[in-house]
Amino acid sequence: MTTVIEKAEPADRLTPGTPLLEVRDLHVEFKTRDGVAKAVNGVNYSVAAGETLAVLGESGSGKSVTAQTIMGILDMPPGRVTAGEILYRGQDMLKMSNEQRRRIRGRKIAMIFQDALSSLNPVLSVGYQLGEMFRVHEGASKKEAKAKAVELMDRVRIPAAAQRVDDYPHQFSGGMRQRIMIAMALALQPDLIIADEPTTALDVTVQAQVMDLLAELQAEYNMGLILITHDLGVVADVADKIAVMYAGRIVETAPVHELYKNPAHPYTKGLLRSIPRLDQKGGDLYAIKGLPPNLYKVPSGCAFNPRCDAATDLCRTEIPALHQVLDKDGAELEGRRSACHLWKETLHG
Amino acid sequence: MGRFVARRLLQMIPVFLGTVTLIFFMVHVLPGDPVAAMWGDKAPDPAQVAAFKHEMGLDKPLVQQYFDYLGNLLTGDFGTAMDHRKVIDKITAAFPVTMRLALLAFAIEMVLGVAIGLFAGLRRGKAFDKSTLMLTLLLISVPVPVLGFVFQNVFATQLKWVTPTVQDSMNMGQLVLPAVVLGSLSLAYVARLTRTSIVENIKSDYMRTAIAKGLPRRRVIGTHLLRNSLIPVVTFLGTDLGALMGGAIVTEGIFNVKGVGFELYHAINLKEGATVSGFVVVLVLVYLAASLIVDLLYAVLDPRIRYA
Repeated sequence: MTTVIEKAEPADRLTPGTPLLEVRDLHVEFKTRDGVAKAVNGVNYSVAAGETLAVLGESGSGKSVTAQTIMGILDMPPGRVTAGEILYRGQDMLKMSNEQRRRIRGRKIAMIFQDALSSLNPVLSVGYQLGEMFRVHEGASKKEAKAKAVELMDRVRIPAAAQRVDDYPHQFSGGMRQRIMIAMALALQPDLIIADEPTTALDVTVQAQVMDLLAELQAEYNMGLILITHDLGVVADVADKIAVMYAGRIVETAPVHELYKNPAHPYTKGLLRSIPRLDQKGGDLYAIKGLPPNLYKVPSGCAFNPRCDAATDLCRTEIPALHQVLDKDGAELEGRRSACHLWKETLHG
Repeated sequence: MGRFVARRLLQMIPVFLGTVTLIFFMVHVLPGDPVAAMWGDKAPDPAQVAAFKHEMGLDKPLVQQYFDYLGNLLTGDFGTAMDHRKVIDKITAAFPVTMRLALLAFAIEMVLGVAIGLFAGLRRGKAFDKSTLMLTLLLISVPVPVLGFVFQNVFATQLKWVTPTVQDSMNMGQLVLPAVVLGSLSLAYVARLTRTSIVENIKSDYMRTAIAKGLPRRRVIGTHLLRNSLIPVVTFLGTDLGALMGGAIVTEGIFNVKGVGFELYHAINLKEGATVSGFVVVLVLVYLAASLIVDLLYAVLDPRIRYA
């Protein structure tokens, strides 16, 4: 089976627009002592080469669990994929053997984590940890691996890379550590990078630098990028399209600017309203009322209904489908979908 | 690093002097007269006792004896025992034996302990893990003499795999059974410590990264998990090497191994001041050296620790 993947390599870069990765109707649950937590309840999304998909949602919305399932690094048990497919270049990764998936991990699909300090091994030098990618996946010698590690560190603009290659993670600043994580993900020029809140642990000034670097490298290598975040500010600059998640479902998808301009789901609306704004200085910050749902007991109907001002009886009983969103004249808006029974009212107000 | 070592070596001086002083006076506080005891049940001849005491310097005031001893010690002279043997000769005869026994026990507890702890930690909550926890607890609660006699009975008397006592104290083969008994307690601790450390580290973020990098499982565990998990285990093992050397008294007694414990036990019974002090001084040195090595090893294993 691995040979099939490797055969795909000559045509390595897919033509833009073809999905590189497609998640179809993914369901993931966790069996714990307290019961079954339904973390992901039918997620669909796709990413093409060179495209950036931002997955937006609160803690517990299932965005990280989806990403970990794609990577195959979800703890199983207690985690369990109950339904769905994850297609990488058309092949369902959930049906692959452990060894096949391992060969894709890091080499074809790489991941960047939130907290670079704890995500890097504290007792191994960064040069070793970077070089490991070449040694394991490409059989490079120690010397070659180290030279390539220095190259990578240069690539992500770490000053004096040659001198710092033998330093340990704790000797770098937060921003530099995240650059090392990015370098590690980039090492083998994967098709797809999944970045799970890559800038959350960083200072605001450093956040922009790291995000810019990531966006630049993505464009250069024509990689797909799944950017998981709860920070609407980060998303606006770099994403092509957005998927908003709530209680393990996608509630809205849209091209980034359209979503900001005119959301088609009350939850997205609430999120956008809760961004602090300078021109509203002195006033109270807006917060969506209520709490995110308990995943052991997701509300019936639309999971957002207890927190939604517009909720009707229909919302409390029937789970809304992900509707194609139409403009006022009834024409389909490309890439726009909303899982709200009242999307029309929400969008056209 | 160099300054750290130098400072640690300097710190050894007061520890060394303190131990020598403490041991010297403690031996003298022990009840009974060691010289009179040499006559056994018979009444000793006062003239002979006095002559012997004079010869050994035991008739001098205690403080002067102490300074004489200390002065000799600093020139490398460990003094003479009451049986007229040089203490240094006893030391050079006994230490190689105990060193072998301790190293053997050390190897057993390290290799088996880490291996058992690793497998238990990786299979947390499974049968192997549960039985490891139970058996190690049992091992910790059984006193060493009991274990020694049980092993002696089973492997020597019943199965006849070995002789009940050690005939040749320098023979490694004969030292295996005593080494197992000596190392058993620490083996249990090492296994538990390794297991706990593995369980803690296996859930860490850097392990998730290692898997996400597509590293083979062998490498994820061997390089990433073990390197981190073994830091506390190495600390324990290092201090334990010193403890094994000094703690072999009971085991050496049971199996008749003529090592440090054996000599020390007899010397204490006879209130042989010079012998007891001499042996303890060397033990203290071994212990100090072991703990220095552990501290240095610690910095090698964990780069976050730097000595200034």
